[in-house]
Amino acid sequence: MRKSLLALAIFAAISAPAFATGTSQEQIKALEARIKSLEANAEAMRQQAAAAMDALQATKAQIEELKAAQPTQVAAVEEAPAPAEANANAFNPAISIILNGSYSHHSVDPDSYFRSGFPLVGEGGPSAKGISLGESEISFAANIDEKFYGQLTVAVGSDAGQDEVGIEEAYIETTSLKNGFTLRAGRFFSNIGYLNSHHAHTDKFFDRPLAYQAFLGNQYGDDGVQLRWVAPTDLFLEFGTEVFAGNSYPSGGAGNGGVGVHTLFAHAGGDVGDENSWLAGVSMLKSSTVDAEDGFNGDNTLYVADLTWKWAPQGNFKDGGITLRGEYFLDDRDGQYIDPVNPLLVQDWNGVRHGAYFEGVYRINRNWEAGYRYDKLFADENGPYASNFDPSRNSLMLTWLNSEFSLLRLQYSRDASNPSDTDNTLTLQFQTSLGAHGAHKF
Amino acid sequence: MKKLFSLALMLAATAAAPAHASLKVFACEPEWASLLQELAGDKIAVDVGTSALQDVHQIEAKPSLIAKVRRADLVVCTGADLEVGWLPQLLRQAANPKVMSGTGNFMAANAITTLEKPTKLDRAAGDVHPQGNPHFQMDPYRMLAIAKALSARLAQLDAANTAVYQQRLGDFSTRWSSAIKRWEVKAAPLRGSKIIVQHASWIYLEHWLGLERIGALEPKPGVPPTSGHLASLIGVAKSGKTLAIVRAAYQDPKSSQWLSERTGVPAVVLPLTVGGDAQSKDLFGLFDSTIDKLLSAAK
Repeated sequence: MRKSLLALAIFAAISAPAFATGTSQEQIKALEARIKSLEANAEAMRQQAAAAMDALQATKAQIEELKAAQPTQVAAVEEAPAPAEANANAFNPAISIILNGSYSHHSVDPDSYFRSGFPLVGEGGPSAKGISLGESEISFAANIDEKFYGQLTVAVGSDAGQDEVGIEEAYIETTSLKNGFTLRAGRFFSNIGYLNSHHAHTDKFFDRPLAYQAFLGNQYGDDGVQLRWVAPTDLFLEFGTEVFAGNSYPSGGAGNGGVGVHTLFAHAGGDVGDENSWLAGVSMLKSSTVDAEDGFNGDNTLYVADLTWKWAPQGNFKDGGITLRGEYFLDDRDGQYIDPVNPLLVQDWNGVRHGAYFEGVYRINRNWEAGYRYDKLFADENGPYASNFDPSRNSLMLTWLNSEFSLLRLQYSRDASNPSDTDNTLTLQFQTSLGAHGAHKF
Repeated sequence: MKKLFSLALMLAATAAAPAHASLKVFACEPEWASLLQELAGDKIAVDVGTSALQDVHQIEAKPSLIAKVRRADLVVCTGADLEVGWLPQLLRQAANPKVMSGTGNFMAANAITTLEKPTKLDRAAGDVHPQGNPHFQMDPYRMLAIAKALSARLAQLDAANTAVYQQRLGDFSTRWSSAIKRWEVKAAPLRGSKIIVQHASWIYLEHWLGLERIGALEPKPGVPPTSGHLASLIGVAKSGKTLAIVRAAYQDPKSSQWLSERTGVPAVVLPLTVGGDAQSKDLFGLFDSTIDKLLSAAK
């Protein structure tokens, strides 16, 4: 049975072409033509679809582009029309407020603190004992017009329970001079050394180095004029000069007709590879001084050399790395000492004193920083402040940075200020910055 | 010795900048340096301020950067306050009025609209950008809009080469548009995928490719990941089919690896800008690499 079925199938298969050839040659031709036309039709439709798809893509791209290219201002206007009274304040300067506070425990009472060879001048003494507001400040800054930029910094502090408000900086600066020149006028911190032009809230330690305290009364700021030039070179090169009234330490009495202080400064800096950056400088401050806080009258010259080296993996300074810095001061006096309390006591003051500090700060990560600083002052063995003892200080700090805008700092200092006293100080400090996001110097 | 040699090499490289370049341009980020290269070729000399391995929110106003801005005819940056912590300081210290404002100062953000513009400004919400999310280099359409604006700016500053800039923009637009099509077809399988990001750097990429962000390792923008917050993301990552935990090349791998180990979701490093990995040699490579890396995570 199976065999016969198979035979039948084979017969059918063999005979099929015979049937075809025999019966409908023309029908097949017609079918072939029909298939061809269908194929052509399908191809045309496919092409149409592809063209439509392309057009769709192009339109989509155009829409996306148009969406993306809508100017920001338009969107802002659509979102929320600003109320009329806000427009009056639209040109308000950037306001930034630094709030600062500290608690210090001293083993030597700050009132009986004494530094061999170096009188306490300006704000160069030890920090207040106990809880203190320290120095908080409010800063306003903006472009004045197309040629000038202006900045005002008001410092708020307290001295023995008395609130004090002072103008720390108030200056205008050109923004349009050509060839790398900038002219600044008003009250400002001199650009000598490294730390002097930096506001205290950018410091890595709670207090300024001893050399700054002894030779500049913590920081030299005065009413004056500054001319600065940046060279058009691969290496960063900056040169400048300043003239100041000479009201504050190390000057005094606005000598020389109210232009008592002249400075010169030069800074150079650059990168070594992707991970190292450096900045170095030499500066000089020359003063004709009348009745300075330390009793000096005459010509004094201060020389400063500074070097900063920063290393950070990949150049990400906020996530790790090391900052090393040292500054060296040489203070040269040529004049007289007139006792501020008893002006009849007069003696010659011709001599040289030195000072230096070195600090290393290790940025552990985004939130932690630790550092060590060594300070040393070299007294003059002759003159009104003659001393055989050279003060020195060791400081350790640990800082927790919650964000770019707030930090808590713990600092321990051991200050051998005279042969018989060593002041051990423990300080806890908070420091915050609110308002405009400041851009800090290197 | 090696250091000295590399220093000498660097100096030689800077000296070897094309002699006939008519404009000196300072680019804050590598993506703009690469775009400038596409748009101007050897008509300009480009200095780039940062690398793909740096967090551009947190750059120091280094002396080397001041020196570069001092000599620039044009500064090209992202804007939208991305560089607020350092660029204003560079501009002020460099004392170069050409680039302080006006024609010589090109902020890419001004050529486009940004996403994620906050309705309320409060630093308690982390590192908030009042002008919106500034990481828009990962949107090819916005990149094209910026290219057009930047090319016009180049022509404005260097009118003699206008024809070159126009021709190069046309060429770039054609290549870029066809690349966008290619990328969109290739990335189609990614549509609807869920990702966890380290920082909100990917909003434009998410919008473009239809990715869904279901979490961020930073509890708030700019605030480093905390262990408590990371632990809370374990459930989020496991709750659905999560494609990847995405971070940029410059970011610390610890947090994303920690989460990856506990959830089995792959941790993926994306370049974010030109130079972020070996493949991202230019803008085209940047997008090729980004899509390839996301696709390989999907496998």
